[in-house]
Amino acid sequence: MELLWFIIIAVVLTMFFILDGYDFGVGIIHLFFAKSEKDKEVIAKSAGLFWDSNEVWLVTAGGLLFMAFPTFYASVFSGFYLPLIIVLWLVVFRAIGLEFRSQFNYQMWKDMWDKAFGISSLLLALFFGIALGNIVRGVNLGGVESGVSVYEGHYFFLPLWDSSFSPLNEHPGVIDWFTIIIGIISVITLAIHGANWIILKTNSSINDSLKPVIYKLNISLAILTIFSLFIWQNIQPNALDNFLDKPYLISFPLIYLTGLIGLFFIKKLKKEIYGFIFSTLLIVGGITSSLASMFPVLLPSTNEINESLTIYNTAAHGYGLSVALSWGIIGFILLFVYMIIQKRLMGGKIDKMDYGH
Amino acid sequence: MEDMIFYDRLQFAFTITFHYIFPQLTMGLSLMIVYFKWRYLQTKIEKYNDAAKFFMKIFAINFTMGVVTGIPMEFQFGTNWAKFSELTGGIIGQTLAMEGMFSFFLESSFLALFIFGEKLMGQKLHFLTGVLVFLGSWASGYFILATNAWMQHPVGYEILDNGKYVLKNFSALFSNPWLLPAFLHNQIASLTTSSFVVASIGAFYILRNKHLEFGKLFLKTGVIFGFASSLLLAFPTGDWNAKNVAKYQPASFAAMEGIFETEKEGAEIVLIGQPNMVEKKLDNKIAVPNILSFLTYQEWNKQIPGMDQFKKEELPDNIPALYYAYHIMVGLGTVFIAIMFVAVFFLWRKKLFNLKPLLWTIMFLVPFPYIANLTGWYVAELGRQPYLVYGLLKTSEGISPTVSSGNTLFTLLGFVGLYMLLGLLFLVLVGKTIHQGPKLQKH
Repeated sequence: MELLWFIIIAVVLTMFFILDGYDFGVGIIHLFFAKSEKDKEVIAKSAGLFWDSNEVWLVTAGGLLFMAFPTFYASVFSGFYLPLIIVLWLVVFRAIGLEFRSQFNYQMWKDMWDKAFGISSLLLALFFGIALGNIVRGVNLGGVESGVSVYEGHYFFLPLWDSSFSPLNEHPGVIDWFTIIIGIISVITLAIHGANWIILKTNSSINDSLKPVIYKLNISLAILTIFSLFIWQNIQPNALDNFLDKPYLISFPLIYLTGLIGLFFIKKLKKEIYGFIFSTLLIVGGITSSLASMFPVLLPSTNEINESLTIYNTAAHGYGLSVALSWGIIGFILLFVYMIIQKRLMGGKIDKMDYGH
Repeated sequence: MEDMIFYDRLQFAFTITFHYIFPQLTMGLSLMIVYFKWRYLQTKIEKYNDAAKFFMKIFAINFTMGVVTGIPMEFQFGTNWAKFSELTGGIIGQTLAMEGMFSFFLESSFLALFIFGEKLMGQKLHFLTGVLVFLGSWASGYFILATNAWMQHPVGYEILDNGKYVLKNFSALFSNPWLLPAFLHNQIASLTTSSFVVASIGAFYILRNKHLEFGKLFLKTGVIFGFASSLLLAFPTGDWNAKNVAKYQPASFAAMEGIFETEKEGAEIVLIGQPNMVEKKLDNKIAVPNILSFLTYQEWNKQIPGMDQFKKEELPDNIPALYYAYHIMVGLGTVFIAIMFVAVFFLWRKKLFNLKPLLWTIMFLVPFPYIANLTGWYVAELGRQPYLVYGLLKTSEGISPTVSSGNTLFTLLGFVGLYMLLGLLFLVLVGKTIHQGPKLQKH
């Protein structure tokens, strides 16, 4: 049952990063590449129409995590207190930018909110990557100081950074040079994803120039991916053991690789949807590979005293999990019905769609 | 430790208060939008459709605010109340996760369709999307109230040796005797807020002599909905909730009613007075004898335990705040019934649209249902103190053990700053939308 809920939550979380991921990416592209007001408006709209229903996936992932793995939820949310609250502020700020830019029709107002939307999208993408970096790197569970736990074994607290910025330090902070690299990988991945979304959903004048941008971003992504794997191996010497033990898990990194290779052909792809599919594979592969490499650990402990948090030692009781499965199935069926309806009515290019103001 | 608890509570109180400004409007307003749209389908008179679309614009602004201030609420369970989440997540995680699955997806998907899809879908489907938005928003209220009901009156659980609460009976969460009265009271209170907002905008248009046709429609609809909902707030839903508090949380009942000493011959109802916590009495008290006993138990001489009957640890930790919150809510509720009765009377006599003093009153009444809604929630939350889970888990035992008060104060200040900006933008946008007004559209 724990395994099943782990998979469900992983799927919901991946859905969030695929869906809200493109609108973070749209924000990043918007910040750097949109120049004319016409493009800015339609690009912002390609995120603005969808962000709130996309963010519901985050709320649902949070709720399900709370229900199924309460100890993990409590430990991680309080331990990463500061970065999480900062993420919440950015989420709020980004939404204001998107919703308010078109409310007054003068350029200064629009430019101001465009920047708010772009910068907070960029920072969010960075923070989500940093979060993933922290999860795979592990934390000092129990706040162990010279061999003694300061807190209960499953609690910890991380400062934003430690003056060394090193993941190999005894008490690393949230931001160190390893998590920063993962953060940058996340920014690049989501920027590619967002660019593909813009190409797919709009007729903006920068669509054609975005393809070479994607190509260049993809090169740097490939280099950074290889680089980060080496560092990861350094920090967690047994990071890849799971893949050696259970070779079928290698299919997850292969998904990532497919996306990465596919995007090198971005300029030749016949249909616009293909680019979006390849960047979706990047996200799916990236998240699932990270989770598979740690499984069944959810958060590794960096000390010898307290054991890592796993899906087994943080899960709720069996009865609750099985009851939740029965309503969860109904919930997911409804969800896919909504998605189909929405897809049918809001599919295609959105340039002409009336924003309702 | 003390200041950790203080800042955690203050941050939650601040963020939830700000958040609840928005859903209390959207829940009620969605029902009124469905009403306008339904009237349009019935009569084919264009102004009803335009009214529905106008209020959907106001709804959408409030919905955005509700979403962005709501996401921090869910995450704060983990960030600031980690111990509480760890111990009870297996139970309240159920209802909170169901809220995401069954209401947010419904609400957000169909809100977009309602706003953008009228031409694509045709009128009947457009009406249906409105109904689904309404259902989504009320389902959201239902799951939150189910969560809160469990904290007020825990049912269907078992406590393990390690202190964790595990779910024993899923359906008990929804047949909790606390849930239905609290849910109905809350939803009707939300309808009060929205009908007062609708009436207030109507009064504004009439007084300004602009958008007159809409002004009259809004005022009339708002006043009728407002009168009906104010009445239902007091009876039966308010009455029902008060009886529940008397039954399940007698210490809180004594505190909110301001009964310091038990009276053998039946309890009086306090109308005005200030709790004096040093001398344990009410200063400047105005009270009517025996009424409280009658209202609660329909017996004039029934004895109701006062605060003297309870140990200090069982009583709420801020008795004056609880007492004032309760009396403000009840006082405002009574004023609402009176004003709306007068308004409905003059509507019936066909004089309402020309009665300037009454129009001004209705226009400026708009902050008060918000205050009544929020103080109502303060009654529930302050009354539950000193517990998070009534009778079982103390508030002081629920906070995050690793988050220092300095960090919480930092984030609290950040939320205050950000929400000030948000509130300002919200007022500007709603003001702009009201100023532009609904437009009669020719098809």
